[in-house]
Amino acid sequence: MSEHIVSPKVYIGIFLSLMVLTAATVAAAYVNLGPFNIVIALAIASVKATLVVLYFMHARYSPKRTHMVIIAAVFWLAIMLALTLSDYVTRDRDMAANTQITTMLRT
Amino acid sequence: MHRTGELYGQFETLEQQKESAALGMWVFLSTEVLFFGGLFMTYTLNRHYYGTAFGVGSNTLDLKLGGLNTVILILSSLTMAMSVWASHVGKRRQTTSFLVATLVLGTAFLGVKVIEYKQKFDHHLVPGYHFQIDYRAQHPAPNDDPKEIEAEKEELSKAFAKDPDLNAHAQLYFSLYFGMTGLHALHMIVGAGMLVWLIRQSMLGRFTPTYNTPVEMIGLYWHFVDIVWIYLFPLLYLIDRHR
Amino acid sequence: MDTPTSTRTATATVYKIPEEHYLNSTYGIRSWLLTTDHKRIALLYLFSVTFFFFVGGIFATMIRIHLMTPQGFLVTPETYNKLFTMHGVAMIFFFLIPSIPAVLGNFLVPLMIGAKDLAFPKINLLSWYLYILGGCFVLYSFSTGGLDTGWTFYTPLSSVYSNSAVTPAVLGIFINGFSSILTGLNFVVTIHTMRAPGMTWFRLPLFVWAQYATSIIFILGTPVIAITLLLVGLERMFHLGFFNPALGGDPILFQHLFWFYSHPAVYIMILPAMGVISEIIPTFARKPIFGYSFIAGSSIAIAVIGFFVWAHHMFLTGESVYAALAFSFLSYLVAIPSAVKVFNWTSTLYKGSISWDTPMLYALGFIGLFLIGGLTGLFLACLGLDIHIHDTYFVVAHFHYIMVGGAVMGYLGGIHFWWPKISGRLYPEFLARVSAIILFSGFNLTFFPQFILGYLGMPRRYHSYPPEFQVLNVMSTAGASILALGYLLPMIYLVWSLKYGTVAGPNPWPSTGLEWKTDSPPPTENFLVTPEVTWEPYDFETRPDLELDHIVAGKLPAPAHGDD
Repeated sequence: MSEHIVSPKVYIGIFLSLMVLTAATVAAAYVNLGPFNIVIALAIASVKATLVVLYFMHARYSPKRTHMVIIAAVFWLAIMLALTLSDYVTRDRDMAANTQITTMLRT
Repeated sequence: MHRTGELYGQFETLEQQKESAALGMWVFLSTEVLFFGGLFMTYTLNRHYYGTAFGVGSNTLDLKLGGLNTVILILSSLTMAMSVWASHVGKRRQTTSFLVATLVLGTAFLGVKVIEYKQKFDHHLVPGYHFQIDYRAQHPAPNDDPKEIEAEKEELSKAFAKDPDLNAHAQLYFSLYFGMTGLHALHMIVGAGMLVWLIRQSMLGRFTPTYNTPVEMIGLYWHFVDIVWIYLFPLLYLIDRHR
Repeated sequence: MDTPTSTRTATATVYKIPEEHYLNSTYGIRSWLLTTDHKRIALLYLFSVTFFFFVGGIFATMIRIHLMTPQGFLVTPETYNKLFTMHGVAMIFFFLIPSIPAVLGNFLVPLMIGAKDLAFPKINLLSWYLYILGGCFVLYSFSTGGLDTGWTFYTPLSSVYSNSAVTPAVLGIFINGFSSILTGLNFVVTIHTMRAPGMTWFRLPLFVWAQYATSIIFILGTPVIAITLLLVGLERMFHLGFFNPALGGDPILFQHLFWFYSHPAVYIMILPAMGVISEIIPTFARKPIFGYSFIAGSSIAIAVIGFFVWAHHMFLTGESVYAALAFSFLSYLVAIPSAVKVFNWTSTLYKGSISWDTPMLYALGFIGLFLIGGLTGLFLACLGLDIHIHDTYFVVAHFHYIMVGGAVMGYLGGIHFWWPKISGRLYPEFLARVSAIILFSGFNLTFFPQFILGYLGMPRRYHSYPPEFQVLNVMSTAGASILALGYLLPMIYLVWSLKYGTVAGPNPWPSTGLEWKTDSPPPTENFLVTPEVTWEPYDFETRPDLELDHIVAGKLPAPAHGDD
């Protein structure tokens, strides 16, 4: 933990940004953007989370190993989501290929 | 019992002690990321398969209360960060005041959650034997807005047409809603308990510019719980508002 | 020191146990149950994991007796399901996973890095109490209806249909999970912040690297199984539907979440054992380890890549073929760092001055058995082959070669190697060597026939089998009885040595780690003066103080008078 003292002005600025982003995410939810709704919602949430981590949690002023811990946690979560979804997302294609082969063999 | 601020026996210097505390808390928070992560994985999959039911479920949540809670929690993160700052610059009374503000806001958050949970209970939206997604549409309360009930009935009939098993799938949504917000609330209660301890220590003058580690560490925990909510809010409340 | 006679034979110094050390510095049951000394906590774990080893061992005995005849005569089919489940739960969660980290890791990590204790001693004690609490819940589950879902708790059997005591068991494993998480957290912080001056990362003993890698898995994997088992418990209690197809849920989701932890868990079980081997081999080959940085790096590589391979447990349960291809490929990749280690250990032996002390016997046994276990893992990772051998005794043999032939032998080798440091006494060497050989023989007789059984098609978790498999099953049971003897003997002679063993002195082997620079048993604060490290690890060839240690331990004759 560094001794860098963050000034209250920064904190208030971050807080106001978070309020703006909250309003933005609610507003965006009322517009039909199809599959992009979830993308925008997660993007805004991630920006908010990043601001909290960097400034409220002082990650910006912390030693490198703190950064490594944060990156590791996010990376591992990403592995769990991505590799699990890799199963579900490729299933239909898998089934389609199976059906194609079966149909081919039958004719 | 060691008084806070003393060098513990296993450490050589106060610097080492503080470094260890910080690394320990960050590592602990990384375990929490994976802990909640399992629930987020479950959510992702179920929303992918049962988008209609998730939309219907999400629309029964009170967006005003959810939005209010989001503001409350982010504000409490601000007050928490301010109390860390105050302890850094030696302002004892302000440290305590900001900690108290954080606790009050956290408690307010929990209070709003209680109101929301009660609403769900009244509308038979708690997973279990009595769960019925269209209970409110079938049995509106006397003070319910009739236009709202009509809109809900229409939404439900469209949804049932798309997904005949809507009730079961909506129950999955609510299991996740209660599971995720419940686990989050549990973490807030633990955080509130720690704040009570912090407030007492602060009132006893234990925190100085050279030693404010507990304030910083519990601050980290509190901000983490805020971040979880920052994700929960759009994922639970904002799925299908654009219907 | 005894000066040698004119024939210059090597004579060991006669030692006395130090006046005050960590075992006798305070007395009374409270000083043990409320201790924050990492060495005492390690011993608390030693007793508890040994207890659970017995629990798991009793179930294993019953399984092997039951399987002596094709129709099984000992228990009903339903009870048989409970036997293999409870054997798995007790052994995996309450013996294998904590064994080396919580016993040897707790004892040695602060000593090896020159620290007075771990970073968070009270959390260390809390870890032990969480282990005990989790264990109580699981024992309660065992004794009130047992558990019949398999240690893998597949849904919806575990979450809906099983009539056994699933809820207390998952609660117990959940609580035990936090014990692991806190231990891992403690190790990571300690290794980062509490190394003695001069103890840089690349001077750390490889055992410490192994503990660090294991701790990464503890920290990032265990929370996932914690939440997953919690969901199973909630589903059972409140009839939720996450994993129940009848309610729209998905059993495969459970499997993904379960194996996300449980595959890396097997690396939790083997990495610390590999760390032990990396300490033993240089000591008894009297040579620096070959390829130190590769072994250190491969520990981290195994921990990381180990997280990418979990769905190889699900090849036959309905995952997509494309995902299966990816996971199969990644599973081949994860074998590479393990192979690097085996090559490096073997290279260390080359042109070394080998002595056949008991720890070395266990280490050599480890290398051979881990090789077989690891290679058969590659067989299983091959999609086409797995279709035939999945869920057969081939899998059972594979993982027992790694977990028993590997991890348990690593654990026993470590216990023997560090026994003098822990207790201040040497165990009886001849009896210990005989014991190691009995164990090795019994092990192979138990599990090698199971490879053949699996290849021939005998399914696992079945209470009965076709009569043509009986000979191999009887061989396996016979082997198990010899294996049991191999486990009982150390328990007897190690306890015996506490009173009657030769006093060991600080560095009996001798070896090069910092732990050997303090008394045996060590004082409570580990080192009277904080050590400062100026030498490279495993520096058998050039460290000046080591030659003296060799002489003092009786491994080299002292120079005659007039030689200097």
